[in-house]
Amino acid sequence: MLGGCDRLSDNLEFTKLLKSAEALSRFAQRMAVGRTALAREYGEADLSAEFRANGTTEPSDPEYQRLAQSEFADWRLAVGGLAERPRSFSLTALKELPSRTQITRHDCVEGWSCIGKWKGLRLAALLDLVAPQREARYVVFYCADAMNLSGDKYYESIDLDGAYHPQTILAYEMNDRTLPIAHGAPLRLRDERQLGYKMAKYIMRIELVADFAHIGEGNGGYWEDQGYEWWAGI
Amino acid sequence: MTKDRLVYRHRIWVRITHWINVVCMTILLMSGLQIFNAHPALYWGNASYFADPLVAISGFPAWATLPGSEWLAMGRRWHFFFAWLFVVNGVVYALLAVLGGHLRADLAPSRQDLRQIGHSIRQHLRLQFPKGAEAKRCNVLQKLSYLGVLGLLCPLIVLAGLAMSPQLDAGYPWLLWLLGGRQSARTIHFISAFSLLAFVVVHLLMVLASGVWNNIRSMITGWYDIGDEHV
Repeated sequence: MLGGCDRLSDNLEFTKLLKSAEALSRFAQRMAVGRTALAREYGEADLSAEFRANGTTEPSDPEYQRLAQSEFADWRLAVGGLAERPRSFSLTALKELPSRTQITRHDCVEGWSCIGKWKGLRLAALLDLVAPQREARYVVFYCADAMNLSGDKYYESIDLDGAYHPQTILAYEMNDRTLPIAHGAPLRLRDERQLGYKMAKYIMRIELVADFAHIGEGNGGYWEDQGYEWWAGI
Repeated sequence: MTKDRLVYRHRIWVRITHWINVVCMTILLMSGLQIFNAHPALYWGNASYFADPLVAISGFPAWATLPGSEWLAMGRRWHFFFAWLFVVNGVVYALLAVLGGHLRADLAPSRQDLRQIGHSIRQHLRLQFPKGAEAKRCNVLQKLSYLGVLGLLCPLIVLAGLAMSPQLDAGYPWLLWLLGGRQSARTIHFISAFSLLAFVVVHLLMVLASGVWNNIRSMITGWYDIGDEHV
């Protein structure tokens, strides 16, 4: 039986059938949870003493290294794609946008959780500045960290419901200090109602798109291309 | 064997939901162990205190996990697909059990049943199983354990699974309150899984001890041989 199940795991049609549960979970969770329901926020006393940094903790990309040397003074975030007013922002400019501070729980797909305090600009405020076009449905985050030897870089995508959620922020501070490199400096996504891998670190560029079929292998993110769910609500 | 020794003990929908459940629980346990192996430690509370876990092991062996090799993404696919099937199957069973009278007639212990607990325990310890008229119905220990598993353990494991969802935690904060936090929910999910496994082990031992072919036939065809003792 075990061998049979392992053969099924390699069968494309069968894994598609298994994957159909993802759409069901997404639909059920959307029905069951209001768009604006807030993830629980915790108190200072709940902060994790050790907040594990997963994935890349030090991007080797030379351009990133150069930016990090000057504490990201030369870093600029380009926001474009299906936007009426595409533009780029310095870190200083982003810090002047409406911000939010929240103490939330980070759930890793591996199973562990950590509680951290995040301060960042509301993604909704940033999107309002660039004015998404009507066709825009997803926000794609392109990151500095290469994930394999062929140099494929991390990327992620969330839909506009997620992007406009009040707790969705681009964090530049963690636990009252400048966001450390291990946790995604200079800017990382916080999307508190999904699992950790959705929360892209080392964001270099943001693009509004109508669909993500043409990006990477077409599944909406680096880990999604490795077989993980795009909808990481559970 | 004479025809009148055979009694129709399990209705068709009980048999179907039973075997769907066998498939679901096997796959859920094995894919669950695959998922657990991605971080083989348990904690209590909302967060993981890495320095102070309740339990930390090096992981379950490959033969116990689905898929057999380390493959979290695929383990999750198996788990969530069969979790849906498990829940739908359970809801169908529960509805039919309540509406069709199965719960009242076959599972709810009567006052007389409850008075016989001591007797039933002694019988089980001697591996003596009812024959004749008595064998037509579940005994009191069966009733209580089935009710506990169906009414408490199964809902608990589903609830603890749902409480691990950051999305559902946002919509239903009482899930975390009820289960003591997200990491507690994960621990409860794990303990419930092994409690169900313990139930299945005892269930299979009882099947073996009380007549394996007779039991299997009755769960496939519905017909159970109540033995020689005259009705």
